[in-house]
Amino acid sequence: MIESRTHAAAALFRRDMKLAFRRLGESLLPLFFLFTVIVLIPLGVGPGPNLLSRMAPGMVWVAALLASLLALEHLFRPDLEDGTLEQWFVGERAVYARVMARLLSHWLVTGLPVIVFSPLAAEMLNLPRHALGTLIVSLVIGTPALSLLGGLAASLTLSTRGASVLLSILIFPLIVPLVIFATGAVSMAADSLDPGAHLGLLAAFTILSLTLAPIGIAAALRMNLE
Amino acid sequence: MIWKTLKIWFHKLGSAPSFYRFARVVSPWLWFGFAVTAAYGLYLALYVVPPDYQQGDSARILYIHVPAAWQAMFIYLVMTILAIIALIWRIRLTEILAMSCAPIGAALTLVCLVTGSLWGKPMWGTWWEWDARLTSMLVLLFIYIGIMGLYAAFDDRRKGARIASVLIIAGAVNIPIIHFSVEWWNTLHQGATIKLTGESSMDPSMLPPLIWMVISTKLFFGAALLDRARNELLDQDRSKKWVARQVLETSS
Repeated sequence: MIESRTHAAAALFRRDMKLAFRRLGESLLPLFFLFTVIVLIPLGVGPGPNLLSRMAPGMVWVAALLASLLALEHLFRPDLEDGTLEQWFVGERAVYARVMARLLSHWLVTGLPVIVFSPLAAEMLNLPRHALGTLIVSLVIGTPALSLLGGLAASLTLSTRGASVLLSILIFPLIVPLVIFATGAVSMAADSLDPGAHLGLLAAFTILSLTLAPIGIAAALRMNLE
Repeated sequence: MIWKTLKIWFHKLGSAPSFYRFARVVSPWLWFGFAVTAAYGLYLALYVVPPDYQQGDSARILYIHVPAAWQAMFIYLVMTILAIIALIWRIRLTEILAMSCAPIGAALTLVCLVTGSLWGKPMWGTWWEWDARLTSMLVLLFIYIGIMGLYAAFDDRRKGARIASVLIIAGAVNIPIIHFSVEWWNTLHQGATIKLTGESSMDPSMLPPLIWMVISTKLFFGAALLDRARNELLDQDRSKKWVARQVLETSS
């Protein structure tokens, strides 16, 4: 039983990754979007290095959030439209495992590239060099929660009218603590203070969403199919 | 015997026509109670309590601000319990009640934010400050709006109510954050001055109007909730027989 569930989840994960690599241009769009945001900010607020380095933690995080948001609308919708989502709820009913697999591939496509390219973004925004490590750690801890809570918002709005607008309204209150703790940690590191407390709270928040969000997603998906 | 009657009455209340009749009888009394307690509370707050020795008369806004804030959080709690019941037992009435809570809660959150802002300008020198209490209250407003938006986005009301219930439960995480925000962080917003256990740091003369205002907001919530749920029931069941009968009965 357990074996067949992991099998179903692994199959879904392999399929998702294969699709992501086949459509590499499409998969990398969120990353390009992140950089357009990061290029626009210095142009908008003026390229003063002090101002930019003050704003850098928040800007990298907001850009990461926007990049993650882009792909959310298509997280479950294609499966709903072609009917595969209904198949999740018959047979082995490995809904939880499949949800986790789908979220993992979402994170690998939107979260991981952001982490990999965050040093470049940090340099463009003039983030103090000694805060870069904390920025990367905060992204590693925090971006999974972005995928999890984004997945919750996506599953709630799955079969609604005007899903994309609603999705961004719903996700905002859910991720406020994430943005506060993550940017708090990086700002403290930039001021040469210990970011440990903020990172700890960030990790707690991610663990909480890791335990609860998939249950909510599975429930919301089922209700959307009714 | 009494227990059994109560139980039967409670089960009957779950059916739409019984609830409609119950709400129609009870809600005018709640409105009446709200009007009386609010009038008395405001009279105490505006005329009887002496002005604050530092803030003068502007401190009186707290008699609106504090009850609204408490009620906004209390409504979320009630709504969460209703949402859990709605998800587990699929009682249509609790779905409707939970969904009827959201606009009232949003309105009171807005009242709390606006009155706080009006007070903050002369006292703190700013309309808005990004401190933990204010931010978490703003987040509460957005959650309420999100719930209303999600519910409205479904053509099937029952489906919308159940999915919005999942969001209600997810958003409940925010309530303890609001409550403890003044203790966990160093905020511009003052800490709790009224405590259920231990000494309150507020002058006793300020307590009676506050209590009356808190009672009046509770009654307001009850009355508004019953009326909203009643309208929602009528709207959802507009093609049902009992509604037609009800309309004929009230019009004759």
